[in-house]
Amino acid sequence: MALLEVKDLKVRVEEREILHGLTLTVNEGEVHAIMGPNGSGKSTLSHVIAGKPGYEVTDGQILFKGEDLLEMDPDERAAKGVFLAFQYPVEIPGVATMTFLRTALNAQRKARGESEYSTPDFLKKVREVSKSLNIPQDMLKRGVNVGFSGGEKKRNEVLQMALFEPSLCILDEMDSGLDIDALRIAADGVNALRSPGRAMVVITHYQRLLNYIVPDFVHVMSRGRVVKSGAKDLALELEASGYTQFEDA
Amino acid sequence: MPAVQETVDRVKRIDVDQYRYGFETLIDSEKAPKGLSEEIVKFISQKKNEPAWMLQWRLEAYRRWLTMTEPTWARVDYPKIDFQDLYYYAAPKPKKAVSSLDEIDPEILKTYEKLGIPLREVAMLEGVEPKVGEEDPARRKIAVDAVFDSVSVATTFKAELKKAGVIFMPISEAIREHPELVQKYLGSVVPTSDNFYATLNSAVFSDGSFVYVPPGVRCPMELSTYFRINERNTGQFERTLIIADKGSYVSYLEGCTAPQRDENQLHAAVVELVAHDDAEIKYSTVQNWYPGNSEGKGGIYNFVTKRGDCRGANSKISWTQVETGSAITWKYPSCILRGDNSRGEFYSIAISNGFQQVDSGTKMIHLGKNTSSRIISKGIAAGKSQNTYRGLVTAHRKATGARNFTACDSLLIGDKCGAHTVPYIEAKNSSATFEHEATTSKISEDVLFYCIQRGLSQEEAVGLVVNGFVKDVLQQLPMEFAVEAQKLISISLEGSVG
Ligand SMILES: Nc1ncnc2c1ncn2[C@@H]1O[C@H](COP(=O)(O)OP(=O)(O)O)[C@@H](O)[C@H]1O
Ligand SMILES: [Mg+2]
Repeated sequence: MALLEVKDLKVRVEEREILHGLTLTVNEGEVHAIMGPNGSGKSTLSHVIAGKPGYEVTDGQILFKGEDLLEMDPDERAAKGVFLAFQYPVEIPGVATMTFLRTALNAQRKARGESEYSTPDFLKKVREVSKSLNIPQDMLKRGVNVGFSGGEKKRNEVLQMALFEPSLCILDEMDSGLDIDALRIAADGVNALRSPGRAMVVITHYQRLLNYIVPDFVHVMSRGRVVKSGAKDLALELEASGYTQFEDA
Repeated sequence: MPAVQETVDRVKRIDVDQYRYGFETLIDSEKAPKGLSEEIVKFISQKKNEPAWMLQWRLEAYRRWLTMTEPTWARVDYPKIDFQDLYYYAAPKPKKAVSSLDEIDPEILKTYEKLGIPLREVAMLEGVEPKVGEEDPARRKIAVDAVFDSVSVATTFKAELKKAGVIFMPISEAIREHPELVQKYLGSVVPTSDNFYATLNSAVFSDGSFVYVPPGVRCPMELSTYFRINERNTGQFERTLIIADKGSYVSYLEGCTAPQRDENQLHAAVVELVAHDDAEIKYSTVQNWYPGNSEGKGGIYNFVTKRGDCRGANSKISWTQVETGSAITWKYPSCILRGDNSRGEFYSIAISNGFQQVDSGTKMIHLGKNTSSRIISKGIAAGKSQNTYRGLVTAHRKATGARNFTACDSLLIGDKCGAHTVPYIEAKNSSATFEHEATTSKISEDVLFYCIQRGLSQEEAVGLVVNGFVKDVLQQLPMEFAVEAQKLISISLEGSVG
């Protein structure tokens, strides 16, 4: 059974159809890149998978581990292992990052019927992961993403990914706003999380990111559809020829 | 007391006795009949065995009250109150005895559980009494221990306070046992003529707390735990008086995160604080009165007058409040900064949901030199509620070097509620520096979705974001209470979204 199966998905936002029948299959252990010009519907797809309100699915279905994802509340999806690393992670003033991580992790565990982490176990785990991501401890005491640099925000997303151990990670424009050094740290963090039991969907406008996170498959999106799929070389082809060839598809 | 005064008092007492005659049947009853009159005021005073001066004080207030009209300037809307259709005296009812937690409404237990109030304390709050000769399941055991505990705990507290010389007792007792202190200070901060509700309170106040901290004494404990367990039946017209003598310190906590119901819809409390030279009073409130049902029916009307007098140089008074209950809240804990270099603080979280209406804020009256004040107000409006911050900061001509900083932030949840900020600022001398900041924002859908994507439920997400919003104020609460208040905030907002 595929981990994620998006079948002929049609989505409307404010009466306008954005996705016009999108199909995508992702198996465990695979890394898929989704590339496409701005406005092609990449973020929309990620939001619909995660369950963001405001999108109307008019046709098609999304199966996750064989279950109907669209029937689940977004927090339920998170507990089941769907993780979305946001293009623009929000700030939550007054809520210490550490508190947030713990609240979220325990909420997920509770939803799965698992016991909550004890304080020492939790702290140990956070320390381990944050160290490998070069995240200083005092950053964890600050409000969630408040005053974080672009790179810190993205690392904070990867930190959460590492902590929550989701089976599906969707990374929306991970590279936007990052310089090469910041990108490398974040990408290393992501690569460390690649595992046979986990799949990743890496959304990006630019080929650059894929030098660091090398995908197994590449899909090109244009105007709300996947117009071409291939192996990782497809990304390089696109780099050379651009998206214009798909604009009329 | 001068001789003439004493004679006058005696004569008045005779007068009282004559009235008493006419009240024979009434005296034995637990409740005065509906309505307010001089007779009722006298009845209340007699029930409490008050000295004549106290009755006189009440009567003067009552006569004054007759000439007053209800204030209408607040942004609250409610049907006109018929003051003759209310009860003004009912003997405090002992709680219906229950023998185990099993007998308590599961809904109430659930709320306690959410608040994280330990079961033993629930047993105390709900008045669980042990049944003799019964088998002893674990739960009942807790209850039994708790009841025994509350007695011993209270006794220990009392001994410790006595050693420090701190007087802490119901004001009804203080009137009899420390008349010189009560007479000196009662009404000295909130005069009997102050405002419609304060004047009403002066005439008919039921009970409340009296605290006196002698010079140089740091009160050895928060006056809270004991209070929470034992002093809950203070009635609808609560009266509290706290005096911190020179160089002393006291922290007082009023209220309870546990939900509170009352048959009496109208509550009009008065709290007076007096801080002498170098003294400090920290007064924290958690108010969770019944807010009314989902259609906005019922709910407590809470018209409170709270004022602190920084009477001495270098004195400090700090108000912290977490307001989540009541259908109507009309409340402006204030500071009169009379002593030079004195300081007033107001930290407030006011949450309204459903059909609640909150009009709350503070007044900082700068009279002395180099006085300073700080106001941090966090208003959260959800449902169809209205939430108003109303503040006044003034500097007298002589208050040179007065400083104030005000920050009022409002958070809206949903689009059927309203938040309003009404600041008045008045500086009568040019050396005053007053700073004011205000923001109003809507709770962000993107922030909520971010939290939910990480596994929080909608309600948990709202609770988390709101708790972040009010953090600066929560930090002002005594530690153990901050944790409870945090949970209370989340619970108050349940059902506010989606
Ligand atoms: N909330 C929204 N309201 C209206 N239109 C939207 C909304 N979100 C996305 N769109 C439209 O949907 C299309 C796809 O957007 P998006 O999914 O963000 O593309 P991408 O991530 O590929 O740049 C764009 O035309 C965008 O304007
Ligand atoms: Mg996008």
